[in-house]
Amino acid sequence: MEYIVIVIGAVLVNNIVLAQFLGLCPLFGVSSKISTAAGMGGAVLFVMTVASIVTYLLSTFLLEPLNIMYLQTITYILVISSLVQMVEIILKKVSPPLYQALGIFLPLMTTNCAILGVAILVFQQDFTLLQGVIFAISHSIGFTLAIILLAGIREHMDLLDIPKGMKGNPIIMVTAGLLALAFMGFAGIV
Amino acid sequence: MNQAKNFTKGFVRENPVFILMLGLCPALGTTTSAFNGFGMGMATLFVVLMSNIVVSIFKDFIPNKVRIPSYIVIIASFVTITDLVMEAFMGGLHAELGLFIPLIVVNCFVLGRAEAFASKNTLFSSTIDGIGMGLAFTMALTMLGATRELLGANALFGVELIEGDGMLVFVLAPGAFIALGYLIALMNKLKKD
Repeated sequence: MEYIVIVIGAVLVNNIVLAQFLGLCPLFGVSSKISTAAGMGGAVLFVMTVASIVTYLLSTFLLEPLNIMYLQTITYILVISSLVQMVEIILKKVSPPLYQALGIFLPLMTTNCAILGVAILVFQQDFTLLQGVIFAISHSIGFTLAIILLAGIREHMDLLDIPKGMKGNPIIMVTAGLLALAFMGFAGIV
Repeated sequence: MNQAKNFTKGFVRENPVFILMLGLCPALGTTTSAFNGFGMGMATLFVVLMSNIVVSIFKDFIPNKVRIPSYIVIIASFVTITDLVMEAFMGGLHAELGLFIPLIVVNCFVLGRAEAFASKNTLFSSTIDGIGMGLAFTMALTMLGATRELLGANALFGVELIEGDGMLVFVLAPGAFIALGYLIALMNKLKKD
Protein backbone atom coordinates (compact mmCIF):
# COMPACT_ATOMS: atom_id res chain seq x y z
CA MET A 1 0.00 0.00 0.00
CA GLU A 2 2.73 2.50 0.93
CA TYR A 3 4.35 1.84 -2.44
CA ILE A 4 1.13 2.69 -4.26
CA VAL A 5 0.96 5.94 -2.30
CA ILE A 6 4.54 6.77 -3.34
CA VAL A 7 3.80 6.04 -7.02
CA ILE A 8 0.55 8.02 -7.25
CA GLY A 9 2.02 10.84 -5.19
CA ALA A 10 5.08 11.14 -7.42
CA VAL A 11 3.44 10.67 -10.83
CA LEU A 12 0.22 12.66 -10.44
CA VAL A 13 -0.01 14.71 -7.26
CA ASN A 14 3.52 16.08 -6.88
CA ASN A 15 4.52 15.79 -10.51
CA ILE A 16 8.20 16.57 -10.64
CA VAL A 17 7.97 19.03 -13.51
CA LEU A 18 4.56 20.61 -13.18
CA ALA A 19 4.37 20.89 -9.39
CA GLN A 20 7.98 20.86 -8.20
CA PHE A 21 9.66 22.73 -11.09
CA LEU A 22 12.55 20.32 -11.56
CA GLY A 23 13.87 19.38 -14.99
CA LEU A 24 12.36 22.33 -16.82
CA CYS A 25 15.25 22.73 -19.28
CA PRO A 26 14.61 19.41 -21.05
CA LEU A 27 10.85 19.98 -20.71
CA PHE A 28 11.04 23.07 -22.90
CA GLY A 29 14.13 22.06 -24.86
CA VAL A 30 13.15 18.69 -26.27
CA SER A 31 9.37 18.72 -26.30
CA SER A 32 8.87 19.72 -29.92
CA LYS A 33 8.19 16.13 -31.07
CA ILE A 34 6.61 13.19 -29.22
CA SER A 35 9.31 10.72 -30.31
CA THR A 36 12.23 12.78 -28.98
CA ALA A 37 10.25 13.51 -25.81
CA ALA A 38 9.79 9.79 -25.23
CA GLY A 39 13.52 9.19 -25.83
CA MET A 40 14.36 11.81 -23.22
CA GLY A 41 11.90 10.20 -20.82
CA GLY A 42 13.61 6.81 -21.26
CA ALA A 43 17.05 8.27 -20.65
CA VAL A 44 15.84 10.06 -17.51
CA LEU A 45 14.19 6.88 -16.22
CA PHE A 46 17.44 4.98 -16.50
CA VAL A 47 19.87 7.57 -15.14
CA MET A 48 17.58 8.75 -12.35
CA THR A 49 17.05 5.23 -11.01
CA VAL A 50 20.73 4.24 -11.11
CA ALA A 51 21.86 7.62 -9.74
CA SER A 52 19.44 7.39 -6.81
CA ILE A 53 20.67 3.90 -5.90
CA VAL A 54 24.35 4.86 -6.06
CA THR A 55 23.98 8.16 -4.17
CA TYR A 56 21.79 6.46 -1.54
CA LEU A 57 24.41 3.79 -0.90
CA LEU A 58 27.21 6.37 -0.85
CA SER A 59 25.42 8.60 1.65
CA THR A 60 24.41 5.73 3.95
CA PHE A 61 27.68 3.84 4.00
CA LEU A 62 30.29 6.53 3.40
CA LEU A 63 29.20 10.13 4.02
CA GLU A 64 27.13 9.55 7.16
CA PRO A 65 29.52 7.22 9.05
CA LEU A 66 32.43 9.56 8.30
CA ASN A 67 30.31 12.56 9.33
CA ILE A 68 31.02 14.49 6.12
CA MET A 69 27.45 15.15 4.93
CA TYR A 70 28.48 18.69 3.94
CA LEU A 71 30.17 17.11 0.93
CA GLN A 72 26.78 15.82 -0.26
CA THR A 73 26.30 18.26 -3.16
CA ILE A 74 29.81 17.76 -4.57
CA THR A 75 29.69 13.97 -4.20
CA TYR A 76 26.28 13.66 -5.81
CA ILE A 77 27.10 15.79 -8.83
CA LEU A 78 30.37 13.92 -9.40
CA VAL A 79 28.56 10.56 -9.13
CA ILE A 80 25.89 11.71 -11.57
CA SER A 81 28.28 13.11 -14.16
CA SER A 82 30.56 10.05 -14.10
CA LEU A 83 27.50 7.79 -14.20
CA VAL A 84 26.20 9.60 -17.27
CA GLN A 85 29.58 9.23 -18.91
CA MET A 86 29.67 5.51 -18.04
CA VAL A 87 26.16 4.88 -19.33
CA GLU A 88 27.13 6.62 -22.54
CA ILE A 89 30.21 4.40 -23.05
CA ILE A 90 28.35 1.18 -22.20
CA LEU A 91 25.39 1.98 -24.42
CA LYS A 92 27.68 2.82 -27.32
CA LYS A 93 29.27 -0.63 -27.03
CA VAL A 94 26.26 -2.78 -26.10
CA SER A 95 23.35 -1.19 -27.95
CA PRO A 96 24.31 1.24 -30.71
CA PRO A 97 20.69 1.76 -31.90
CA LEU A 98 19.56 2.91 -28.44
CA TYR A 99 22.66 5.10 -28.17
CA GLN A 100 21.79 6.68 -31.52
CA ALA A 101 18.19 7.24 -30.44
CA LEU A 102 19.14 9.00 -27.19
CA GLY A 103 21.89 11.00 -28.88
CA ILE A 104 22.42 14.43 -27.36
CA PHE A 105 20.10 13.80 -24.41
CA LEU A 106 22.59 11.61 -22.57
CA PRO A 107 25.37 14.18 -21.97
CA LEU A 108 22.74 16.82 -21.17
CA MET A 109 21.56 14.64 -18.33
CA THR A 110 24.34 15.93 -16.04
CA THR A 111 22.77 19.35 -15.78
CA ASN A 112 19.23 18.05 -15.48
CA CYS A 113 18.25 19.27 -12.03
CA ALA A 114 15.57 16.58 -11.77
CA ILE A 115 18.25 13.89 -11.38
CA LEU A 116 20.16 15.67 -8.59
CA GLY A 117 16.90 16.86 -7.02
CA VAL A 118 15.43 13.36 -6.76
CA ALA A 119 18.73 11.94 -5.44
CA ILE A 120 18.71 14.54 -2.64
CA LEU A 121 14.99 14.03 -1.95
CA VAL A 122 15.38 10.24 -1.66
CA PHE A 123 17.97 10.72 1.05
CA GLN A 124 16.12 13.55 2.84
CA GLN A 125 12.91 11.57 3.18
CA ASP A 126 14.54 8.68 5.09
CA PHE A 127 13.41 6.05 2.61
CA THR A 128 14.62 2.46 2.58
CA LEU A 129 16.51 1.51 -0.57
CA LEU A 130 13.45 -0.17 -2.14
CA GLN A 131 11.22 2.82 -1.37
CA GLY A 132 13.89 5.10 -2.81
CA VAL A 133 14.07 3.12 -6.04
CA ILE A 134 10.28 3.19 -6.43
CA PHE A 135 10.30 6.92 -5.64
CA ALA A 136 12.91 7.55 -8.35
CA ILE A 137 11.16 5.37 -10.95
CA SER A 138 7.78 7.00 -10.35
CA HIS A 139 9.27 10.48 -10.52
CA SER A 140 10.84 9.69 -13.88
CA ILE A 141 7.49 8.30 -15.08
CA GLY A 142 5.92 11.58 -13.98
CA PHE A 143 8.57 13.46 -15.94
CA THR A 144 7.97 11.34 -19.05
CA LEU A 145 4.20 11.82 -18.75
CA ALA A 146 4.52 15.61 -18.52
CA ILE A 147 7.02 15.95 -21.38
CA ILE A 148 5.00 13.67 -23.72
CA LEU A 149 1.76 15.53 -22.94
CA LEU A 150 3.43 18.88 -23.67
CA ALA A 151 5.02 17.52 -26.86
CA GLY A 152 1.62 16.26 -28.03
CA ILE A 153 0.07 19.68 -27.48
CA ARG A 154 3.01 21.42 -29.18
CA GLU A 155 2.69 19.22 -32.27
CA HIS A 156 -0.91 20.38 -32.65
CA MET A 157 0.01 23.98 -31.93
CA ASP A 158 2.16 24.13 -35.08
CA LEU A 159 -1.04 24.35 -37.10
CA LEU A 160 -2.69 27.08 -35.07
CA ASP A 161 -2.76 30.81 -35.65
CA ILE A 162 -1.09 32.18 -32.51
CA PRO A 163 -0.96 35.96 -31.83
CA LYS A 164 2.41 37.34 -32.93
CA GLY A 165 3.62 38.43 -29.50
CA MET A 166 2.90 35.04 -27.94
CA LYS A 167 4.63 32.92 -30.59
CA GLY A 168 7.45 30.65 -29.45
CA ASN A 169 8.35 30.44 -25.78
CA PRO A 170 5.52 32.50 -24.24
CA ILE A 171 2.72 30.27 -25.56
CA ILE A 172 4.62 27.13 -24.47
CA MET A 173 4.89 28.58 -20.95
CA VAL A 174 1.17 29.33 -20.81
CA THR A 175 0.41 25.84 -22.14
CA ALA A 176 2.59 24.30 -19.44
CA GLY A 177 0.74 26.46 -16.92
CA LEU A 178 -2.63 25.12 -18.05
CA LEU A 179 -1.22 21.58 -17.91
CA ALA A 180 -0.08 22.25 -14.34
CA LEU A 181 -3.55 23.57 -13.55
CA ALA A 182 -5.04 20.29 -14.82
CA PHE A 183 -2.61 18.29 -12.66
CA MET A 184 -3.70 20.30 -9.62
CA GLY A 185 -6.98 18.42 -9.89
CA PHE A 186 -5.16 15.39 -8.48
CA ALA A 187 -4.27 17.25 -5.28
CA GLY A 188 -5.43 15.48 -2.15
CA ILE A 189 -6.09 12.02 -3.58
CA VAL A 190 -3.34 10.41 -1.50
CA MET B 1 35.17 44.59 -24.93
CA ASN B 2 33.50 47.70 -23.56
CA GLN B 3 33.07 47.03 -19.82
CA ALA B 4 29.87 49.05 -19.45
CA LYS B 5 28.29 47.07 -22.27
CA ASN B 6 29.66 43.88 -20.71
CA PHE B 7 27.90 44.80 -17.46
CA THR B 8 24.52 45.73 -18.91
CA LYS B 9 24.14 43.09 -21.63
CA GLY B 10 22.36 40.67 -19.28
CA PHE B 11 19.50 42.94 -18.29
CA VAL B 12 17.46 42.93 -21.48
CA ARG B 13 19.34 41.75 -24.55
CA GLU B 14 20.85 38.56 -23.08
CA ASN B 15 18.66 38.17 -20.04
CA PRO B 16 19.31 34.64 -18.74
CA VAL B 17 15.72 33.87 -17.80
CA PHE B 18 13.54 35.81 -20.25
CA ILE B 19 15.64 35.56 -23.41
CA LEU B 20 18.11 32.68 -23.03
CA MET B 21 15.66 30.55 -20.99
CA LEU B 22 18.39 29.30 -18.64
CA GLY B 23 17.99 28.59 -14.95
CA LEU B 24 14.25 28.15 -15.27
CA CYS B 25 13.87 25.70 -12.38
CA PRO B 26 14.80 28.15 -9.62
CA ALA B 27 13.15 31.00 -11.57
CA LEU B 28 9.80 29.24 -11.34
CA GLY B 29 10.25 27.21 -8.17
CA THR B 30 11.31 29.94 -5.75
CA THR B 31 9.42 33.01 -6.90
CA THR B 32 6.29 32.67 -4.77
CA SER B 33 7.06 36.16 -3.44
CA ALA B 34 9.31 39.04 -4.48
CA PHE B 35 11.55 38.54 -1.45
CA ASN B 36 12.12 34.82 -2.10
CA GLY B 37 12.97 35.58 -5.72
CA PHE B 38 15.40 38.28 -4.60
CA GLY B 39 17.04 35.91 -2.07
CA MET B 40 17.45 33.16 -4.64
CA GLY B 41 18.88 35.68 -7.11
CA MET B 42 21.42 36.92 -4.57
CA ALA B 43 22.53 33.35 -3.72
CA THR B 44 23.01 32.65 -7.43
CA LEU B 45 24.81 35.98 -7.90
CA PHE B 46 27.40 34.95 -5.28
CA VAL B 47 27.95 31.56 -6.91
CA VAL B 48 28.20 32.87 -10.47
CA LEU B 49 30.56 35.69 -9.43
CA MET B 50 32.90 33.44 -7.44
CA SER B 51 32.93 30.65 -10.02
CA ASN B 52 33.60 33.18 -12.79
CA ILE B 53 36.57 34.56 -10.83
CA VAL B 54 38.06 31.14 -10.03
CA VAL B 55 37.49 29.71 -13.51
CA SER B 56 39.05 32.79 -15.06
CA ILE B 57 42.15 32.53 -12.81
CA PHE B 58 42.68 28.83 -13.49
CA LYS B 59 41.64 28.76 -17.15
CA ASP B 60 45.21 28.18 -18.36
CA PHE B 61 45.84 25.30 -15.94
CA ILE B 62 42.67 23.28 -16.56
CA PRO B 63 43.15 20.75 -19.38
CA ASN B 64 40.56 21.21 -22.10
CA LYS B 65 39.26 17.63 -21.91
CA VAL B 66 38.25 17.73 -18.25
CA ARG B 67 37.13 21.35 -18.13
CA ILE B 68 33.40 20.70 -17.61
CA PRO B 69 33.89 18.38 -14.58
CA SER B 70 36.41 20.88 -13.18
CA TYR B 71 33.96 23.76 -13.55
CA ILE B 72 31.24 21.69 -11.88
CA VAL B 73 33.47 20.95 -8.89
CA ILE B 74 34.36 24.66 -8.56
CA ILE B 75 30.68 25.62 -8.74
CA ALA B 76 29.68 22.85 -6.31
CA SER B 77 32.20 24.13 -3.75
CA PHE B 78 30.72 27.62 -3.79
CA VAL B 79 27.19 26.21 -3.68
CA THR B 80 28.12 24.26 -0.54
CA ILE B 81 29.53 27.45 1.03
CA THR B 82 26.33 29.34 0.16
CA ASP B 83 24.18 26.52 1.51
CA LEU B 84 26.00 26.36 4.86
CA VAL B 85 26.22 30.15 5.32
CA MET B 86 22.52 30.62 4.53
CA GLU B 87 21.56 27.80 6.87
CA ALA B 88 23.55 29.47 9.67
CA PHE B 89 22.51 33.10 9.23
CA MET B 90 19.29 33.13 7.18
CA GLY B 91 17.36 30.12 8.49
CA GLY B 92 13.93 31.30 7.35
CA LEU B 93 14.90 32.04 3.76
CA HIS B 94 16.98 28.85 3.61
CA ALA B 95 13.96 26.79 4.65
CA GLU B 96 11.74 28.54 2.06
CA LEU B 97 14.17 27.97 -0.81
CA GLY B 98 14.92 24.44 0.39
CA LEU B 99 16.05 22.07 -2.33
CA PHE B 100 16.77 24.87 -4.79
CA ILE B 101 19.93 26.00 -2.94
CA PRO B 102 21.92 22.78 -3.56
CA LEU B 103 20.38 22.73 -7.03
CA ILE B 104 22.23 25.94 -8.01
CA VAL B 105 25.00 23.51 -8.92
CA VAL B 106 23.01 22.24 -11.90
CA ASN B 107 21.73 25.67 -12.89
CA CYS B 108 22.74 25.76 -16.56
CA PHE B 109 23.06 29.54 -16.32
CA VAL B 110 26.04 29.33 -13.89
CA LEU B 111 27.84 26.64 -15.89
CA GLY B 112 27.00 28.56 -19.05
CA ARG B 113 28.80 31.70 -17.82
CA ALA B 114 31.87 29.65 -16.80
CA GLU B 115 32.03 27.86 -20.14
CA ALA B 116 31.00 30.66 -22.48
CA PHE B 117 32.64 33.65 -20.80
CA ALA B 118 35.04 33.10 -17.89
CA SER B 119 37.06 30.41 -19.65
CA LYS B 120 37.88 32.81 -22.51
CA ASN B 121 38.18 36.23 -20.86
CA THR B 122 40.38 38.10 -18.39
CA LEU B 123 39.80 38.14 -14.65
CA PHE B 124 38.46 41.70 -14.72
CA SER B 125 35.98 41.12 -17.55
CA SER B 126 34.82 37.87 -15.93
CA THR B 127 34.20 39.64 -12.62
CA ILE B 128 32.15 42.34 -14.34
CA ASP B 129 30.28 39.68 -16.30
CA GLY B 130 29.57 37.70 -13.12
CA ILE B 131 28.17 40.74 -11.30
CA GLY B 132 26.16 41.95 -14.31
CA MET B 133 24.69 38.57 -15.17
CA GLY B 134 24.04 37.76 -11.50
CA LEU B 135 22.18 41.07 -11.06
CA ALA B 136 20.21 40.44 -14.26
CA PHE B 137 19.21 37.01 -12.93
CA THR B 138 18.22 38.60 -9.60
CA MET B 139 16.21 41.23 -11.45
CA ALA B 140 14.38 38.60 -13.47
CA LEU B 141 13.54 36.53 -10.38
CA THR B 142 12.46 39.59 -8.38
CA MET B 143 10.23 40.76 -11.26
CA LEU B 144 8.63 37.34 -11.57
CA GLY B 145 8.25 37.08 -7.78
CA ALA B 146 6.76 40.58 -7.57
CA THR B 147 4.27 39.83 -10.38
CA ARG B 148 3.16 36.61 -8.74
CA GLU B 149 2.92 38.16 -5.27
CA LEU B 150 1.02 41.18 -6.58
CA LEU B 151 -1.54 39.12 -8.50
CA GLY B 152 -1.68 36.21 -6.09
CA ALA B 153 -1.62 37.86 -2.68
CA ASN B 154 -2.25 41.59 -3.40
CA ALA B 155 1.07 42.35 -1.74
CA LEU B 156 4.62 43.40 -2.58
CA PHE B 157 7.67 42.37 -0.52
CA GLY B 158 5.28 41.20 2.18
CA VAL B 159 3.40 44.54 2.42
CA GLU B 160 -0.31 44.17 1.74
CA LEU B 161 -1.44 46.70 -0.86
CA ILE B 162 -5.11 45.87 -1.38
CA GLU B 163 -7.49 44.29 1.13
CA GLY B 164 -8.70 40.77 0.47
CA ASP B 165 -7.46 37.64 -1.27
CA GLY B 166 -5.73 37.75 -4.62
CA MET B 167 -5.85 35.23 -7.46
CA LEU B 168 -4.40 32.33 -5.51
CA VAL B 169 -3.48 30.47 -8.70
CA PHE B 170 -0.55 32.84 -9.29
CA VAL B 171 1.13 31.81 -6.03
CA LEU B 172 0.62 28.13 -6.90
CA ALA B 173 2.54 26.19 -9.54
CA PRO B 174 0.42 26.93 -12.67
CA GLY B 175 0.62 30.69 -12.09
CA ALA B 176 4.41 30.53 -12.25
CA PHE B 177 4.32 29.22 -15.83
CA ILE B 178 1.61 31.62 -16.93
CA ALA B 179 3.25 34.70 -15.35
CA LEU B 180 6.62 33.81 -16.89
CA GLY B 181 4.98 33.28 -20.29
CA TYR B 182 3.54 36.80 -20.29
CA LEU B 183 6.77 38.32 -18.93
CA ILE B 184 8.75 36.68 -21.77
CA ALA B 185 6.27 38.09 -24.29
CA LEU B 186 6.76 41.55 -22.74
CA MET B 187 10.55 41.17 -22.75
CA ASN B 188 10.55 40.11 -26.42
CA LYS B 189 8.60 43.27 -27.21
CA LEU B 190 11.13 45.42 -25.26
CA LYS B 191 14.04 43.74 -27.02
CA LYS B 192 12.66 44.60 -30.44
CA ASP B 193 12.15 48.28 -29.72
